[in-house]
Amino acid sequence: MRGISKTYPGVHALDGVSFDVRAGEVHALVGENGAGKSTLMKILAGATPPDAGTIEIRGQAVNIRTPRDAERLGVAIIYQEFNLVPGLDVAANIVLGREPNRAGVIDARALDEQVLSVLKRLGLDLPLRAEIRTLAVAQQQQTEIAKALSVNARLIVMDEPSAALTPDEVDKLFVVIRKLRSDGVGIVYISHRIDEIFTIADRITVLRDGKLVETGAASSYKADDVIRLMVGRPLSAHFPTLPAPTQTTPRFAVRELRVPRRDFGVTFEVRPGEIFGLAGLVGSGRTSLLRAVCGADVPAGGTVELDGVTLRIRGPSDAISAGLAFVTEDRKAQGLVLGMSVRENVTLPHLARFVRLLMVDRREETTAVQKLSDELRIRTPSLEQLARNLSGGNQQKVVLAKWLLETAKVICFDEPTRGIDVGAKAEIYELIARLAAGGVAIVMASSELPEVLGMSTRIGVMRGGRIVKVFDRAEATQENVIRYATGTVAA
Amino acid sequence: MNLTPAARQTLLRAGGFIVGLVVLLVVLNAWTHGDFLRPFNVSNVLKQIAVYAVLAVGQTFVIITAGIDLSVGSLIALTGVLMAGVMVGEPIAAVGLLVAIGVGVGAGGVAGAVNGLPVVRFNLPPFITTLAMMLMARGLAFMYSGGRPIEIDNAAFNAIGGGTLFPGLGHLIGLPGIPAPVLVMLAVVIAGHFVLTRTRFGRYVYAIGGNEEAARLSGINVAGVKMGVYIISGALAGLASLLLAGRLSTGIPQSGSGYELQSIAAVVVGGTSLMGGRGSIVGTFVGALLIGVLNNLMNLLNVQSYAQEVVLGAVILIAVLLDELRKRYFASR
Repeated sequence: MRGISKTYPGVHALDGVSFDVRAGEVHALVGENGAGKSTLMKILAGATPPDAGTIEIRGQAVNIRTPRDAERLGVAIIYQEFNLVPGLDVAANIVLGREPNRAGVIDARALDEQVLSVLKRLGLDLPLRAEIRTLAVAQQQQTEIAKALSVNARLIVMDEPSAALTPDEVDKLFVVIRKLRSDGVGIVYISHRIDEIFTIADRITVLRDGKLVETGAASSYKADDVIRLMVGRPLSAHFPTLPAPTQTTPRFAVRELRVPRRDFGVTFEVRPGEIFGLAGLVGSGRTSLLRAVCGADVPAGGTVELDGVTLRIRGPSDAISAGLAFVTEDRKAQGLVLGMSVRENVTLPHLARFVRLLMVDRREETTAVQKLSDELRIRTPSLEQLARNLSGGNQQKVVLAKWLLETAKVICFDEPTRGIDVGAKAEIYELIARLAAGGVAIVMASSELPEVLGMSTRIGVMRGGRIVKVFDRAEATQENVIRYATGTVAA
Repeated sequence: MNLTPAARQTLLRAGGFIVGLVVLLVVLNAWTHGDFLRPFNVSNVLKQIAVYAVLAVGQTFVIITAGIDLSVGSLIALTGVLMAGVMVGEPIAAVGLLVAIGVGVGAGGVAGAVNGLPVVRFNLPPFITTLAMMLMARGLAFMYSGGRPIEIDNAAFNAIGGGTLFPGLGHLIGLPGIPAPVLVMLAVVIAGHFVLTRTRFGRYVYAIGGNEEAARLSGINVAGVKMGVYIISGALAGLASLLLAGRLSTGIPQSGSGYELQSIAAVVVGGTSLMGGRGSIVGTFVGALLIGVLNNLMNLLNVQSYAQEVVLGAVILIAVLLDELRKRYFASR
């Protein structure tokens, strides 16, 4: 790709970017959110046309206008949201649209042979007859990769492939990627996780603000170099200093709380100003616990106490009026109404506050939201911009703003920085620390261990829905947390 | 002028729309040799769309929450015969009128609640619950009336559907007055627009249609709001029925057939998305107006009635298609 440019209203999404991938190499594409990675890939995929620039494949200038063109030219993209049909089985998904058939009748045997040969090439073992919806994320991703290979893709773009995977699954993904590489497939690997890039990539390209910053061999960089290139400034302190909780009486106590479909209770306490981190592998029950605590799911038993008073929580509105805020993990599915403006999203949980004589006072809304927006440095052309048009980091800040509009006593964060760039991450960490310093009790679940270790005053390790071990900040290390999370020590 | 891009875009859209509308009206007027814009004809068109527009306002609420209400046509029949029935033999006209309106709008609201309850309680698709209500209400209308029209001799009731108000204002433009159903329609449109754009309930309607889970987690009483939109739709069906039965001085068990589709057509032509989360009452009113104008025009031009349906169907398709293309055009800029 040479000299690619693309302009959206008010934004130079890409400005003369050139980018190449060789056969049999893994080329990492990194940059903050809004740097232009997604746009560049969308152009390559035929999802959106470039304003300027050319694309060549094997030395031939090509014109990619539609996703079909991309497929025909051997380019496959694996998005974060998979393009699979949940109700069809693995085999059917892999050959979707190219089923071997005789006069329209599917040749089941040929189909299975075709699928098996692809899986064999990848060294994967997937249940052919299992419906996609019953599979774990990692297996769905493997199905996507197999699908890409079965259309004879010579170039596979993976957008944040490790975001939803456990460390173990990431290792397996790398095995598959190395296999593809040795088969001569070119791979573009987009990720926010700098450490991974050094494990897997041969070359690295850094984008910033729609411009190419640098391309070079992975071996010639250190992690700090890449981060510096991404943000354009050295990022010294990744995590802020955390406040030391002063009071000893808990602000928030969860006692024998039973998550739906579990037959045991979970107990923990959080003091004012404390950040209680929840670590654990995917499926260890962090999210279910937070959902039950915050009334998103109705717990099957147990109590939640705030400042010594037992709360009656039958749904999110009870939790909110008690002063409990829940920042959910999936901002697009649970946090935001994408078709509403920033202003409307932020005031949604506390709209009653702005009602005067039956009417919602938009001017008051704007004043209040503008103040928060300035504080959180939400980058948006206006508060009337639709949430859908913001970058991931800014969307996350809008979700945070929703819960900062009123002073919460307890805030539960589930994956507060998933899929957002380094700069926005640091801002969110600082905000969490500031909230804690103000006396808020914070519960923070995350699958990124460094985040939990860096951002918690105490850490609860979860496995099988239970908190199997609680560490103080000083005694928690990556190793002993993982040991409890995986169950290699008896709890 | 110092405008945000969003505001400029809105102005551009609105301006383009108004210019287009004026040009269209002038052309149509010339085509019909000036008949089209005569006050009598304009008043006639508005009178004809009143029933549809009132239904469509309720339908807009439901559709913005990503629901649908197929029962409103049958509810017109059911509430119509109920209203006619309760007025039979009532000696005091004013009492009869008030009881009838209460029964009509109330029964519509109750039917709406019956539509909504299985939707919020058991998560049944609204298509199904309102389809069931469509059949049941029609059947009940026939059962109650014995299959025969019920005459209405309450002058006040009939005046709401067929009478006029403000004769002075009417004389200025050479009419006996402003038709009462048109005033009712305008009141409903304005009230609907106000509720949807200015109140908390209206904001919640959009939020639920846009992302129900996010709305729920924001503490919104999703079940209550959804119940609300079905009750509004049912109650407005009762009100629309009042206009129709009053105009005909009769409660007719066959009436209102197909009106649910007319109201849905007005909503989608008006730019409201069937996927929910987006739309407006003003758009719906314009949609109802467009359909009404088209019908009127074809009558003025003596288009055969069978052909009228073909044209109407095609125009609905084209209108929604143009709206989609317009959206893409603005999205790509």
